[in-house]
Amino acid sequence: MYPRAFHYHRAGSLKEAATMLSQLGDEAKPLAGGQSLIPLMKLRFASPAHLVDLNFIPGTSYIKEEGGSLRFGPLTRHSEIEDSAAVSKVPILHDCAAGIADVQVRNRGTIGGSLAEADPSGDWAVVLMTLATEVHCLGKTGERKIGLPEFIQDAYTTALAQDELVNEVVVKIPGTYSGGAYLAFKRAAPVYPTASAAVQLSMEGDVCTEATIALGCVGLTPIRPKDAEDALRGQPITEKTMAAVQEAVRAAADPQADMRGSVDYKRHLVAALVKRAIQVAVRRAHGEKVEVSHLYA
Amino acid sequence: MPDAIPKVAIQVKVNGKLHSLQVEPRTLLVEMLREQLDLTGTHVGCDTTYCGACTVLLNGAAVKSCTMFAVQADGAEILTVEGLEKDGQLHPVQKAFGDAYGLQCGYCTPGIMLSTLQLLSRNQRPCEKDIRKAIAGNTCRCTGYQNILKAVTLAAESMKGA
Repeated sequence: MYPRAFHYHRAGSLKEAATMLSQLGDEAKPLAGGQSLIPLMKLRFASPAHLVDLNFIPGTSYIKEEGGSLRFGPLTRHSEIEDSAAVSKVPILHDCAAGIADVQVRNRGTIGGSLAEADPSGDWAVVLMTLATEVHCLGKTGERKIGLPEFIQDAYTTALAQDELVNEVVVKIPGTYSGGAYLAFKRAAPVYPTASAAVQLSMEGDVCTEATIALGCVGLTPIRPKDAEDALRGQPITEKTMAAVQEAVRAAADPQADMRGSVDYKRHLVAALVKRAIQVAVRRAHGEKVEVSHLYA
Repeated sequence: MPDAIPKVAIQVKVNGKLHSLQVEPRTLLVEMLREQLDLTGTHVGCDTTYCGACTVLLNGAAVKSCTMFAVQADGAEILTVEGLEKDGQLHPVQKAFGDAYGLQCGYCTPGIMLSTLQLLSRNQRPCEKDIRKAIAGNTCRCTGYQNILKAVTLAAESMKGA
């Protein structure tokens, strides 16, 4: 399938890319890993007249640990994050990077591109919603820092202006007694999940002192089920606590019926994923090494 | 519709041979390989980033060549299935797929062999879980996965110390 013909521009720096996007106007789009954009162009759901290729810009792919945060270059590939020793200290990030689609897609797809695409079925936004994450955006007037909850505005819609680009993604490293996990349920590796759940919590003995939960694929944007977090915070992890959390998750989920499942099915599925993610997160908070992988139908 | 889209000059090394080409920006890497270079061993299956039949190695990393524009491969080194054989000798991965009957119709095989090559270049002793993860982006419509797993295991054994 051929995309509509387009003009190709290769940027030498992010600043130059922003200027190009500004000059070319609404008909121009930036090209990062292309694993969402190129399929959309081949189906002609997207037909930009100009593409500004970011892939040749030096210094845009890195992972740095600095001042208690991890800083990701916008074009850092999922596979680089999967293999990073610095990232392995924050297991939920590794769960995400290692579980996105398949090897080939992870070799091309980028963290900045995933956030800027804001696909309701994407993985990164869900996971990063449970950590303190800032998206640094670069436009022709300079850089601005936006918290991830404000960055993701709607399905496929972010706070980025047409001529603005993700410059860096900064994620605060959670504390020692914090543990997290991300689980998605998929029919096969290359497809988007049916539902996904990210949990990051802190433990003092048997009691959960802090908890953030985010749900993926069950709303137009990642959902933070605040009632479920409240049901977990300050509680020991018992059957009763878990039942209350799951009930609140089912109530907060707002899925749409499609070929992946009915509304009711997805509510139950996402609650089951939250339960499993909590179980793994608790063990990790206690310092245990637990490997997880996404669940397949 | 923008008119008079200029072609872009690129240089790309494919299976060790340098090519200077003019490509339309919208030309996908797989089309360039198949139609401009006549390397038809790289297949197009789903054309939607699902099946992995078009998998090639780009600077050593497996990519779906239907989900990348040829202009993006400028300056890169690409390995396709045609580059596996050396001096009339099958590559150990090719030989293992033959010996272990790791193929039925063969349509997915070039892509799976290149995914195997990325795996074995980074992990010389893969366990079954590693192999399954490495080829999760390659669909075999004949569903011959058991023998594919055996073929990858055999390839790993025969390449040990190589």
